[in-house]
Amino acid sequence: MAELSYRDAVAAGLAQEMERDDTVYMIGEDIAAAGGVFKATPGLLERFGPRRVRDTPISEEAITGAAMGAAMTGLRPVAELMFSDFIATCWDIIANQIAKTRYMTDGQITLPLVIRTANGAGSRFGAQHSQSLENWAMAVPGLKVVAPSTPADVKGLLAASIRDDDPVMFFEHKSLYATKGDVPDGEHVEELGVAKVRREGSDATIVALAAMVPRALDAAERLAADGIDCTVIDVRSLVPLDTQTILGSVRSTSRLYTVEENPRLCGWGAEIASIVAEELFYDLDGPIVRITTPHVPLPAADALEDATLPTVERIYQTIKNSD
Amino acid sequence: MTGAGETTEVPAQSEVTGYAPAELDRTTRLELYRKMVALRLFEQRAYDLFLQNLVKGTSHLSLGQEAVAAGFGQAMRADDYTFCTYRGHAHTLVRGASMTGVMAELLGRSNGILGGKGGSMHLTSVEHYAMGSYAIVGAHMPIAAGAAWSAMERDSGQVAVCFFGDGTTNIGAFHEALNLAVVWKLPVVFVCENNLYMEYTPIGSVTAVPSPAADRASAYGLERVLVDGNDPDELYGCASRFLERARDGDGPALIEALTYRKGGHSRADPGKYRPDDEVERWMARDPIDLYRGRLLELGFGAPELDEIDSGELAAVDRATQEAKDGQAPDVGAIETQVFADGGNAWRN
Repeated sequence: MAELSYRDAVAAGLAQEMERDDTVYMIGEDIAAAGGVFKATPGLLERFGPRRVRDTPISEEAITGAAMGAAMTGLRPVAELMFSDFIATCWDIIANQIAKTRYMTDGQITLPLVIRTANGAGSRFGAQHSQSLENWAMAVPGLKVVAPSTPADVKGLLAASIRDDDPVMFFEHKSLYATKGDVPDGEHVEELGVAKVRREGSDATIVALAAMVPRALDAAERLAADGIDCTVIDVRSLVPLDTQTILGSVRSTSRLYTVEENPRLCGWGAEIASIVAEELFYDLDGPIVRITTPHVPLPAADALEDATLPTVERIYQTIKNSD
Repeated sequence: MTGAGETTEVPAQSEVTGYAPAELDRTTRLELYRKMVALRLFEQRAYDLFLQNLVKGTSHLSLGQEAVAAGFGQAMRADDYTFCTYRGHAHTLVRGASMTGVMAELLGRSNGILGGKGGSMHLTSVEHYAMGSYAIVGAHMPIAAGAAWSAMERDSGQVAVCFFGDGTTNIGAFHEALNLAVVWKLPVVFVCENNLYMEYTPIGSVTAVPSPAADRASAYGLERVLVDGNDPDELYGCASRFLERARDGDGPALIEALTYRKGGHSRADPGKYRPDDEVERWMARDPIDLYRGRLLELGFGAPELDEIDSGELAAVDRATQEAKDGQAPDVGAIETQVFADGGNAWRN
C-alpha cells in the first residue's frame, strides 16, 4: 500500500491504463503542459508524449465529439471537462449522441470512452462551478455514472471505466482532491456497479456518494456515541447501481437515509428511496429520509455554502431526531 | 436591409467549376450516373410510401441533391468514414448499405438496417464505414473530426467525410469542429450541401456572409471552395482532390456545394415558400437530366443508360417488396443494446 492523494490517484489510474493499452488517449483543456487546473494530470505529457496527452481549445462540444468519433473508430479516449458545470455546453453530444448511438444503431456502434470531470461544491466558486450533476447523467439511458470517494477508488474505478466498453461519466470531487488514502500497490482495478460498505451498524443504513461519504462516516461516529449504530454505504457507481448491497443492508437495519450533495429534486437518492419503498416497504421501521442540499443554486460565500450542503451536524441531527 | 446572401441566383459557373477531371473514364461516368439514378429512384419510392402512410414519422429526402452523395461516394476509399445528417438516405446508400435494409428501416420493420430502432434520421452501416446519420444540427462535425483524429493516430490512411446542410454553418459545433480539425491537421473533409434554405427560411437572410460555408473558410485558414452541387463530375473531381490532400497529411477541407431540393425540407413541407422563378431555374438544372444529356453528348448510348435506369428501378422494387415483407420488430428489442453487453441492465 502507498498513500496517495485523491488527485494523484487520478494520474496514477490514467498512467496505469495508458501503459497497458496504447489506444488510451487523453484530451482536454490545460491537461497536458499545465497538468490540469486541479493538477490531476501532471507528468502524463512527459511520460506519454504530446499525441496521447493533448491540450484542446475551450470547445467542449469538440472535446466530447472528438472523443465520441475516436471511440467508435478504435481509440479509448479519456476526455476531461474542467468543471462538471460545463457539461451543459456539450449536453447534446453527451446526452443525445454518446448516450443514444449504440441503441439507435442497434448495437453497430460501441463507444468505449470516459468523460472525467471535476464535480461538486466546497471551493466557494459559486453556482456555475460547484454543482453536483451526477443525477443529470444518471437520468439519461446509455451512460454509466461513477463518483469515487477515496484515492483507491479513484484509481480502481477510473481503470475500470477506461476498460469498460460503454461511455462512462466519471465525476471527481473537487473538495476531495487533497484528501489522502492508501492505494494498493501494482495494478488496481475495481468493478463498476459494486457499492462498498464503509461502516457496519445494525440500527440504520446511510447511503452516500463522493464527498458525502466522509461526512456520513463522521456523523455515524457521533451517532454511535449516542448509541445509534449505522451502516454507511458508499454507492460509488450510480449506473450500474448496486441495489442488492443497499437492499440487503436495509433489510437488516429497517431504516434508510440518503446523503446527497445535489439539490433536492430528482437527486440520485430519490431513485434509491423509490426502489427501497417498492421492494422493502414492509421491512421499514420508519420513513425513508433524504438529506440533501436544499433546492437552490449554490451560493459562493463560505458561510452560505457551508450551510447549504449537508453537514455532519445536519446528518447527525436528522438521524438522531428521527429515531 | 438586403442580407448579403439573400440572392439565390446560381453563382457564375466560373466560380463553381474547374474541379472536374479533364478526362474521366467511361466506367466512372456510368457509375456516377448509376449512383444518382439509384438514389433518385429510392427517394421517390420513399416519398410514395409516405403518401401511402407506410413510412411513419418524418423523413428528409435528397431529391435534387443526389450528385453530392454520388460524387463523393465515387471518390471515397472503401474504408473512408461517412458522417451525415438526418437527410442521410443517399449518403448511407451510396456507401453500399443495403437498399432493403434502409427501406425496411423507414417502414419500421425488423429487417431494417437498425432493427427499427433508429428510423429515417439515424441510418448507419458500420460495415460500409457509414458511421451514422445525426439528427441534431452540427453535432456530427466534431464527431467526424474525432474519427479523423483516430484515423491519424492509427495511421490508417482513412479520411472522414462529413456532409451537412447550410443551416449548420451558424451553429457552434460547426466552428468548434473546424477549428479543432485545422489545429490538429485532421484528415477530414467537411461538405456543406447548400440548398439555399435551412428549413423554411433562406440561409442568406440569417447569415452574415453570402456563401455560408465557403466564406467562413478563411477564418480557419482554409481555401475557399465553392462547387456546383448538381454536377457529379465537378463533385467527383473536387472530392478526389481534397480527399487526397487530407490523406497525404495536409489537413482538412471545407467545401460548399450549391444545390437545391426538389421538394420541401421534410415530409410535412410542400416547400411553398420558394419563389416560382427560382424553383423553375433550379428544376432546369436537375443533376440527373443534365448528366444524362452530357453522357449522350459524349457518345454514350441511350439504351445503355436506360438499362441502368431499369436495373435500378428493379432494385428499388425488390427492396420495397422485401421491406414490406418484413415483420414488425419484436417488442423484446426495446430493452436491448443500451449497453455493450447487449441489454439495458442498470441495476442488480
